[in-house]
Amino acid sequence: MAEHVATGSRSGLRSALPLLLPAYLWLTVAIFLPLSAMVFFSSMTELPLSGKAWSFTLENYATFFSERLYLTLLLASLRLGLEVTLWCVVIGFPAAYVLAKVLKGRSREAIFLLVILPFWSNGLVRIFSWAMVLREGGILDTALNAVLPFKINIDVMYSYPAVVIGLVHSYVPYMVLTCYLTLQAIDDSLIEAGRSLGASRLQMLRRVIIPLSMPGLVAGAALIFVPVVGSFMEPRILGGRTGTFYGTVIEDQFVAVFNWPLGAALSFILLAVVLVILALTSPVLRRAA
Amino acid sequence: MRMSKLTAFLTATAVFTSALTLAATAAEVHVLNWKGYGADEPWAIAAFEKATGNKVINDFFNSEQEMLTKLRTNPGLYDVVMINAAFNDQAMAEKLIQPIDVANIPNYADISPDKAGSPMLIRDGKVYGVPWVWGLTALAINEKSFETPPTSITEMWNEAHKGRVVIRDDAVEAVQFGAITTGQNINDIKDMEAVKAKLTSLMPQIKTFWSSENDWNQMVASNQIDIGTYWSGSADRAKTHFKLPVSLVIPREGAVAWLDAFSIPVGSKNVAGAEAFINYMIDPGFYVEWVTKVGAPVSANTKAVAALPEDAFNRKVMGDPDVAKRIQFQAPITDAQREAYLALWQELKVNVK
Repeated sequence: MAEHVATGSRSGLRSALPLLLPAYLWLTVAIFLPLSAMVFFSSMTELPLSGKAWSFTLENYATFFSERLYLTLLLASLRLGLEVTLWCVVIGFPAAYVLAKVLKGRSREAIFLLVILPFWSNGLVRIFSWAMVLREGGILDTALNAVLPFKINIDVMYSYPAVVIGLVHSYVPYMVLTCYLTLQAIDDSLIEAGRSLGASRLQMLRRVIIPLSMPGLVAGAALIFVPVVGSFMEPRILGGRTGTFYGTVIEDQFVAVFNWPLGAALSFILLAVVLVILALTSPVLRRAA
Repeated sequence: MRMSKLTAFLTATAVFTSALTLAATAAEVHVLNWKGYGADEPWAIAAFEKATGNKVINDFFNSEQEMLTKLRTNPGLYDVVMINAAFNDQAMAEKLIQPIDVANIPNYADISPDKAGSPMLIRDGKVYGVPWVWGLTALAINEKSFETPPTSITEMWNEAHKGRVVIRDDAVEAVQFGAITTGQNINDIKDMEAVKAKLTSLMPQIKTFWSSENDWNQMVASNQIDIGTYWSGSADRAKTHFKLPVSLVIPREGAVAWLDAFSIPVGSKNVAGAEAFINYMIDPGFYVEWVTKVGAPVSANTKAVAALPEDAFNRKVMGDPDVAKRIQFQAPITDAQREAYLALWQELKVNVK
């Protein structure tokens, strides 16, 4: 019997191979190879492209630890990642709940479309439209002053909040989608059972809905946190003089000074830090889930 | 039988297409330059193609580093490349560009001797770059915010403009700007601490760091800034082309000057076409039209500048001998200096948080 199961699963793998192959080939070509090239670059003194002599070194990694600047920026970026993720939960989770449990039929489709809409426009376009909204004399400022009886001055452009707003807007659909999937899978009879046993709304949320939708929350958080920590476009455009983060410094190394080795080393340190954070939090989150 | 017919057909097609491509490349001029910087103006390309029969194909770069990378990785692709004179030396040392036979470029004789003779463009008596235009990184003001234009660079530090000052997000430019403010030679900065202290005190004044002409113009259009560093050609373009309340100020402390020149890459397949294109780019006819239609920096060709109206900014202000005394031309920068400048600039930007 056991033998039979074993051969069965092996042949399952064999028949699955043609289905897996395109994805893994693509991953090898598009991710594994460039990443290995970057590992290689990060341990070089010079880029061979520039025609100068080069050798292997760990100097680039040492730079991270010898300059306080990089640590400060990494912490600032991690904080940004946490804040954006938190706001995405606060905004995205209720929306996902309404989509999954309250709305039905046509209205659900319409709202769903609105959630996915940001994905259909280019990221840069979205950021520039925020720039028009947030600045002094911009759309938000003008609109509020037209309605309110007293004069207020709204100029959030070129500040930390502007960066958070821009990033939350870009990433909240991920949270809505992942939470929607897990919330929809919750059996309505569980909710009815809870109600009939006299649980209040808050108790229902705390004891039934949030625990059952935890996988979606965790997946959404990971999908958001990782790219936000390394983001550079939004901070650069919306952040003004406060817009220097770990991601922008990496970009500078690649674009402004052509120091690919240092840029690559900084990227790998970021990758390592993010992996460590995910590894540390995953048992806690899995228990919660 | 069928197979061989097919093979014959394929061979014929291949021969035919390769003959076509050969014929085409012979008359193509591949140009590498900044986007929207003269060489890609449709009217200019049309005029050049009509006059010489060459076809122009433009390609662009976003930074000098990218330009060098494109030359390194595509040998033989480009026929003309626009290089800031401060980078010419590096391109020559890496054997990316070849000496130019200026006898084939009639307009070269009209280039002002100080530009043509720049040691940055000539090595061992050979010409590696044909000076095209030059300009300044100086200050520009929002005319709505000033009764009379300021004359000193220290206006950037004036409390009245707090939060309404911009500076370009570029380490080299920022450090050289600091050097001018502290009365130093931009190409030989002795007191880096003074530069750092001066720039540190500027940070609280800053609204944002601009990176493109468009950033600057938009902030002026929405009246968000008073003053900032800006390029002379861009300030001219903002005023003449976009009708914005912008005017350039060349402070009494001085300004950073740069010189852009055309070079011919090693392995160019159409050197004659390249020479014709460079000749056209420094021609007075093209220059006057460029200035009038779009706005441009100052031509290195003295006849081209003389062809402008008396009161044109590029002739009156930029041609003023008093201005010439104040400005300092950028010399080449080593990689080590560039990285040191970036480290300083990043530190300043981080401490402001």
